[in-house]
Amino acid sequence: MTPYLKLDHIGKSFARGSLETEVLRDITLGIEQGEYVSIIGHSGCGKTTLLNIVAGLVPVTLGVVLLENREVNEPGPDRAVVFQNHSLLPWLTVYDNVRLAVDKVFSGIRSRTERHDWTMHNLELVQMAHAKDKRPAEISGGMKQRVGLARALAMEPKVLLLDEPFGALDALTRAHLQDSVMAIHQKLRNTVLMITHDVDEAVLLSDRIVMMTNGPAARIGETLEVPLPRPRRRLELSANPTYLKCRQRVLEFLYERHSFVEAA
Amino acid sequence: MNMPVRRTESAATIPSTDAKVLPLALRRASLASRALSAARDFAVRLVPPLVVITLALVLWEILCRKAGATLPPPSKVVSSTWELITDPFYDRGGLDKGLFWHLAASIKRVALGYALASAVGVALGTLVGQSVWAMRGLDPIFQVLRTVPPLAWLPLSLAAFRDGQPSAIFVIFITAIWPIIINTAVGIRNIPQDYRNVARVLRLNHLEFFLKIMVPAAAPYIFTGLRIGIGLSWLAIVAAEMLIGGVGIGFFIWDAWNSSRISEIVLALVYVGLVGFVLDRIVAAVATVVTRGTAAN
Repeated sequence: MTPYLKLDHIGKSFARGSLETEVLRDITLGIEQGEYVSIIGHSGCGKTTLLNIVAGLVPVTLGVVLLENREVNEPGPDRAVVFQNHSLLPWLTVYDNVRLAVDKVFSGIRSRTERHDWTMHNLELVQMAHAKDKRPAEISGGMKQRVGLARALAMEPKVLLLDEPFGALDALTRAHLQDSVMAIHQKLRNTVLMITHDVDEAVLLSDRIVMMTNGPAARIGETLEVPLPRPRRRLELSANPTYLKCRQRVLEFLYERHSFVEAA
Repeated sequence: MNMPVRRTESAATIPSTDAKVLPLALRRASLASRALSAARDFAVRLVPPLVVITLALVLWEILCRKAGATLPPPSKVVSSTWELITDPFYDRGGLDKGLFWHLAASIKRVALGYALASAVGVALGTLVGQSVWAMRGLDPIFQVLRTVPPLAWLPLSLAAFRDGQPSAIFVIFITAIWPIIINTAVGIRNIPQDYRNVARVLRLNHLEFFLKIMVPAAAPYIFTGLRIGIGLSWLAIVAAEMLIGGVGIGFFIWDAWNSSRISEIVLALVYVGLVGFVLDRIVAAVATVVTRGTAAN
């Protein structure tokens, strides 16, 4: 049986004039429905390119992405993205940013009141209903990411794509948001593909961690199952042997076998 | 045995005396003091320009008072144009009208030409900003045409329209359109890729993308162009009207010169400056309302 989301022998090269750079080589990965998969690797290894390929924002050079056995070749709300830098539209309020997505995806399917309720429901899910009339410039970085998450969730995506969603946040805010994402995943059982460079974040949140080798021509180096039961609690896990072992494995992969080579 | 020890430790850290909450009186500025500070703000803004204007008028008065001066002193300007100042609304038919009617005619021409330039300019700017081929084809032409002085278009437009009125409007149009096109194009080109990605994920169609992403994202740039455009329009109308004649502030100035009524020219220049200032402020005010939020990021 084919998995829910299937990346089949993906290859990606960027051509600039006669110069061709191979970024990704032969990436094959299957993700089941409801699974939380993280992709981790050093910066510049092509993680974001891979996510953009799944999102349909970047075309593949080789191979195919299949979602429910259908080929993905353009962006769409069934693969909602939470962008690294929130990408909220600054001229719209928090509510209108989410409502824009809701109106676009559900126009003609749901009534106006239903769409309003759905917008508010998603803002409540990320605990941002109180700031619905604020503009993005008036709220903090963590709050912006919450709204970005609400916008993505409101599209009822088949796959939720998170592109280093907590990368630009301070440690405390990040931990807080990670807990929120875990709670939401627990509740909605979305299929999630997350890009990260944070080992703790990957182990804490994921069912499976995909470790990528360094570019150019990055491949999947190793995949690691995280057999920790859910719901997971940050404090209890910090001394959990399984957690520590998983963490150790990822660290070994990243810093021993594929340590980041600085370009001279 | 641990428990009592720990208890004494924690007890030791608690200060023995209770902290007192000091009642701080809420100070609210009285109405009088607030009025006073508002008046002070107003004075700070108003006094320096008033001082400068007074000094300039005094200097002008001294310089032009002497016998043989070619220009009238301010006192004479006011006294000989007193009728025009006090009654801007008179209308004795023909060209013998109050300044209000001349200014109104000029503003009407500017409004028409400027409105056309805004609509066409934003549309062309969007095209040039969005399409690489349109930019390659049109941008060099725009760069050459925009350097043509406004009045150089007038004979050509007179030849085409065979009438002063549409020719003047065309001159305004062709003067105002270039900064609008160029700034709109820059604004469209500078729309962050993130916003485009959001639009693609949401599958916004072309019209939705234009209305919901492009226009608001490029609005600060578009309004920069619109503001430069209104200034240029007002610059061009006076010159154009001097040549086409009819009712209008430009021809009023030219007519006053021909009949050696220098004081009237001075008065007209004051009005031209004030109207230009107000037009600029109107566009700026619209810009702040429309682009609020956008520029804040």
